[in-house]
Amino acid sequence: MRTGPGQPGARGGDRLNESGAQAGTARNDDVVIEIRHVSKRFGDFVAVDDADFGILRGEFFSMLGPSGCGKTTTLRMIAGFEQPTEGEVRLDGNDVSRVPPYRRNVNTVFQRYELFPHMTVYDNVAFGPRSTKVPKPEIAERVRSMLEVVRLADLAHRKPAQLSGGQQQRVALARALVNYPSALLLDEPLGALDLKLRQTMQIELKRIQREVGITFVFVTHDQEEALTMSDRIAVMNEGRVEQIGTPEEIYHRPASVFVAGFIGVANLIPAVVASADGATAGVDAAGRRFPVPITDPAVRTGDAAVVMVRPERLHLSTTVPATDGAAVEVAVADLTFQGPVVRTALRTDDGTDLVAHVGPEDELPMLRPGDRLWASWEPDAACLLRAAPRNFPDE
Amino acid sequence: MTGAMSTRSRRRDRSRDGTVMSPGGRAGRRVVNLAAAAGLLYLFLPIFVIVAFSFNAPVGRFNAVWNRFTFDNWLNPFADEALVDALLLSLRVAAISTIVATVLGTFLAIALVRYRFRGGEGINFLLVLPLTAPEIVLGASLLTLFLSPTLWLFNISFALGFTTIVIAHIMFLVSYVALTVRARLRGFDWTLEDAAMDLGATPTRTFWKVTLPLITPGIIAAALLSFALSIDDFIITYFVSGPSTTTFPVRIFGQSRTATPPQINVLSTMILIVSVAILAVGTLAGERRRRRTGL
Repeated sequence: MRTGPGQPGARGGDRLNESGAQAGTARNDDVVIEIRHVSKRFGDFVAVDDADFGILRGEFFSMLGPSGCGKTTTLRMIAGFEQPTEGEVRLDGNDVSRVPPYRRNVNTVFQRYELFPHMTVYDNVAFGPRSTKVPKPEIAERVRSMLEVVRLADLAHRKPAQLSGGQQQRVALARALVNYPSALLLDEPLGALDLKLRQTMQIELKRIQREVGITFVFVTHDQEEALTMSDRIAVMNEGRVEQIGTPEEIYHRPASVFVAGFIGVANLIPAVVASADGATAGVDAAGRRFPVPITDPAVRTGDAAVVMVRPERLHLSTTVPATDGAAVEVAVADLTFQGPVVRTALRTDDGTDLVAHVGPEDELPMLRPGDRLWASWEPDAACLLRAAPRNFPDE
Repeated sequence: MTGAMSTRSRRRDRSRDGTVMSPGGRAGRRVVNLAAAAGLLYLFLPIFVIVAFSFNAPVGRFNAVWNRFTFDNWLNPFADEALVDALLLSLRVAAISTIVATVLGTFLAIALVRYRFRGGEGINFLLVLPLTAPEIVLGASLLTLFLSPTLWLFNISFALGFTTIVIAHIMFLVSYVALTVRARLRGFDWTLEDAAMDLGATPTRTFWKVTLPLITPGIIAAALLSFALSIDDFIITYFVSGPSTTTFPVRIFGQSRTATPPQINVLSTMILIVSVAILAVGTLAGERRRRRTGL
C-alpha cells in the first residue's frame, strides 16, 4: 500500500499528476480552496488559530486530529456554516468568507448523513439541483447517473429509514456530488459505521473520488483512515495546523512530536544535540552518541530534542550490529503477539522505553522478558524533532 | 418473597412489549383491572347517556327521562333551526381561529426552540398563562378590554359578536398550538436545515421543503386540538359573544332552562363521531408513517 521509505511523497505527487491530467486543464498548483490566515474564536476559546494552506483541485485532502483540534470548525468555515473571526476563505479564487452556504459551490457529507427522512432516495439526491434551478430533464439525468456511481439505482424510491447505514452513506454522497461542487466536504462520514463496513466504504470513497474527479476534503480523527485514503494530510492540534504533507512525509518525517505520536506508533527518545553540521546532527540519547539527519535548519548544538524512530525500523539482534546509525543495548520488558508482528517492549540501561515490531524475517531466537539484545537503526530511519512542551495522546 | 422467586415472577410478568408489570399476583391484578374498568365507566357513562338519549322520544320539552326508542331525531337532526345556526357559527369560529392560531403558534414555537433571544424565557412563561389562568378571569378581562374606552382613543371599537369571539379564541388557542408544536420540535434535527442550505436551498425554500413537512404532523395535531377546544369553549365565549351571537355551547346552555330538544343529543353525537373518526385516522396514519419512514 505505502511506497517504500526511500521515496517519501512519491504516491501523493503521482496522484496529483494523474488527476490533473484527467481534469484536462488543471495544473498541480491549481488551488481550489485557500485558507488564508484564518482564525476562529468562540468567546475566549480559540477553535482555529491562524490556519494558512491551500487545497488542490482533484486531490483527496484530509484534516486529521483529535477531537477539539479545530478540523470540523475549519470544514464548517469552508462550507459556510461558520464565519472566520480573522482571515479569509477563498473558493475558486473568490473570497467567500461572508457568503452563505447556499451560494457556495461546495457540498457537505455530514457525520450523521442528515438525509431528508420524508423524501425518497431520488428526491433527496434531486434536492440540490432542484434548489439551484437546474432544468428538469437534466435533473433526472444527473440523479440517475449519480445513483449509478454510488450503486443505488435500484433503491431510488425507498425512504432513508428503509436503508442500511452504508446505503444511507451512499445517498448522502450522491446527494452532495450531484451538484458538481468545486469540493466535497466530508465530516467524519465513516464514524457511524462498523469496522468492516468502514473499510469497504474507504475503498468506495476512493473509487468514487477517482470516478468524479472532484476535490475531497475529509475530516477524521482516525489516523489510519487518513493515511490510507489521502493524497495529502493536514494534521491539526489545539487549533493549529502542525504539518501538511503526503501520508509518507507525515509518517516518516513528522514535523513535531505531536504528529509523530498521533500518527502510528513512535519511539520518542529524549536527546541533546551534541553537534550540528548542516545535514547531520550528532545527538546524545539513551546513553549513546549517534547521527541523525537534520530536517529543521534551526537546530543548534546544545538544544534539547527528541529522536523519533518507528518500531518497524528498529532492528533487534543478539550480537553487536554493524551500522552507521545507532545501536543500544536493551533488555526485553514485554512481548505482545499482534498477528503479523510481535510488539516487543524494550528498556535501555538508562531507563528509556522503546518498542520494536518483530516479524519472522528478523531471525531472532524465541524471546523472553529479561533477554538482553541490541537494538539498532539506520541513520535515515531516525528523525530529529524539537522537544515539545505539549502533550500528545497515548494513541 | 425470596430472591429467586421474585426474579422468576418478574420475568413472567414482563409482557411482550417489554414493560414490567408490578409483581402483585393474580388477585392484585384483578383489583387493578376492576379499578381501571370503573374508571373508564366513570369517564364514558355521560357520553353513553348523550348517545342513548339521541334515540329517545322525549315527553314534554325536556329530553331527560327515557320514554321509548325512536329514529325520529336522527331523521330530523336539523329540526331546531336556532341550534343549527349556533352549530354553524361555532364551526366558522373554530375554523377561522384555528387557522390563525395555528399559523401564529407554529411560528412562535419555531422561534422559541430555534433561536435564543432576549425575552424568550419570559415568553415561555407567558405561554402557559392562558392555560393556567381560570377561564372566568380571561373571559371577564377580555370583555373589559373589548368594552374599554381606551380603545376608543385609538378609534377601535368592538361590537360584541363574531369578531370578538374569534379574537378571544385565537388568544387562548395560540398558547395551545405553541406548546404542542414546541413539544414536537424538541426532537427536531436542525442540522437538516444546514444540509438543505448546503445543497443550495435558500432559507425560505429550506423552511417550505424541509422544516415544514417534517413538523406537519405536530402542526396538524395542534390544529385538531385547537378546533376541538374552540367548539368546546363556553365560559370565555359566553363573556364576549354579546346578545345576538350564539355559539353551540352557549345556545345549549341558554336553552337548557326552557327546553332540551333531542337534537342537542343528535348533533352532539355527530360531533363525537367526527372527532373519534379524525382521531382514529390520525393515529392510523401516524402508525403507518412510523413503520414506513421511522419518523
